Amino acid sequence: MLGALIIVFREVIEAGIIVGIVLAVTKGVPGSRLMAGLGVLAGIVGAGLVAGFAGALAESLNGVGQELFNASILSLAVCMLAWHNIWMASHGRQLAGDARKLGQEVRTGARSLAALAIVVAVAVMREGSEVALFLYGLVAAGGTSSDDLLLGSALGLAAGVFVSAVTYFGLVTISARRLFAVTTALITFLAAGLGAQAANFFQQAGVAPFLSDTAWDTSAYLSDTSLFGRVLHTLVGYSDQPSVLQVVVYVVILAAIFTLTWAFAPRGGAPSGQAPAAQNG
Amino acid sequence: MNRAPVLPLLALATALAAAAPALADDAATVQITLKDHKFDPAESTVPAGKPIVIQLANQDATPAEFESKELRVEKVVAGGGAITVKVRALKPGRYRFFDDYHEATTEGFLVAQ
Repeated sequence: MLGALIIVFREVIEAGIIVGIVLAVTKGVPGSRLMAGLGVLAGIVGAGLVAGFAGALAESLNGVGQELFNASILSLAVCMLAWHNIWMASHGRQLAGDARKLGQEVRTGARSLAALAIVVAVAVMREGSEVALFLYGLVAAGGTSSDDLLLGSALGLAAGVFVSAVTYFGLVTISARRLFAVTTALITFLAAGLGAQAANFFQQAGVAPFLSDTAWDTSAYLSDTSLFGRVLHTLVGYSDQPSVLQVVVYVVILAAIFTLTWAFAPRGGAPSGQAPAAQNG
Repeated sequence: MNRAPVLPLLALATALAAAAPALADDAATVQITLKDHKFDPAESTVPAGKPIVIQLANQDATPAEFESKELRVEKVVAGGGAITVKVRALKPGRYRFFDDYHEATTEGFLVAQ
């Protein structure tokens, strides 16, 4: 039972943290809960489809369909996160700070919400499909122990939801003004980490057969499969044995989003009068 | 605007997929079978410095996730299914892989020399 609990928890934790961050980012924005809920729902449906067609997906596109699918949806999530950050910097500075000032921004705000809903859906779909396959394996294997394993899986799922809640409540205790700076930075690191994962899938597919040497190996000090390593993996993209390409992609995305967020932020006459420090986090 | 990146990404993925097989021509191929949650052979020798293609046949009814930190590989194989896994050219050494759903008991190694 403990084994099943750990496996499911390990898969769910990544999606849980991302959902927690998105909920905190969109706190107080009208319609945000519906959007996040739809994102989770779409992710679960997508996870079921990906799991159900895992065999066909693996065989498609000359046998690298699974890798390219993962790389593509991760890249999509990176684009959505980057777009959200830049959009928030240019239009929506006040969204996170004071929801009552929204006014006409609500309509355009929905587009940014949709971007984050896609990120939630991608996260849930990726992790959820692995959980679905694991559970399917448990059920297919049958035997007297499967009830026990399913109970463990349910507890693992509950623990993942708990992490999501901890992330959310941890973030929303931050004052509204600082929350914007913190979440801008969090989303930037999140995007860079997801981009590095996408780079790995492109390499695994054989379409980026360069810079594939291992940049460093810190698995002896902090394994990215340990609980803390896993959390760091999700939050800032920590990897204990990344390829050089992954490191390059990570740094480029980090620099690009920070630069663009900074460049699009209104300066001087910002009506909300918030400190420019919010850009740097 | 937020939906714009989807199509170019798919186009890119498709173009890259078309280019993929040409790169695998000089690769060394290893065949591994998964049965009763055991890899057979549990250890394979491969040439160092050459890309490797692992052909994994899952003869169990349950799905597995072929994974390796050292090889930087992560791929689901359906019950009764088969997958092809591409691995970069390796430095000499012993590389561990496992089924992520049964990591404690289902492991194997590639020895590059």
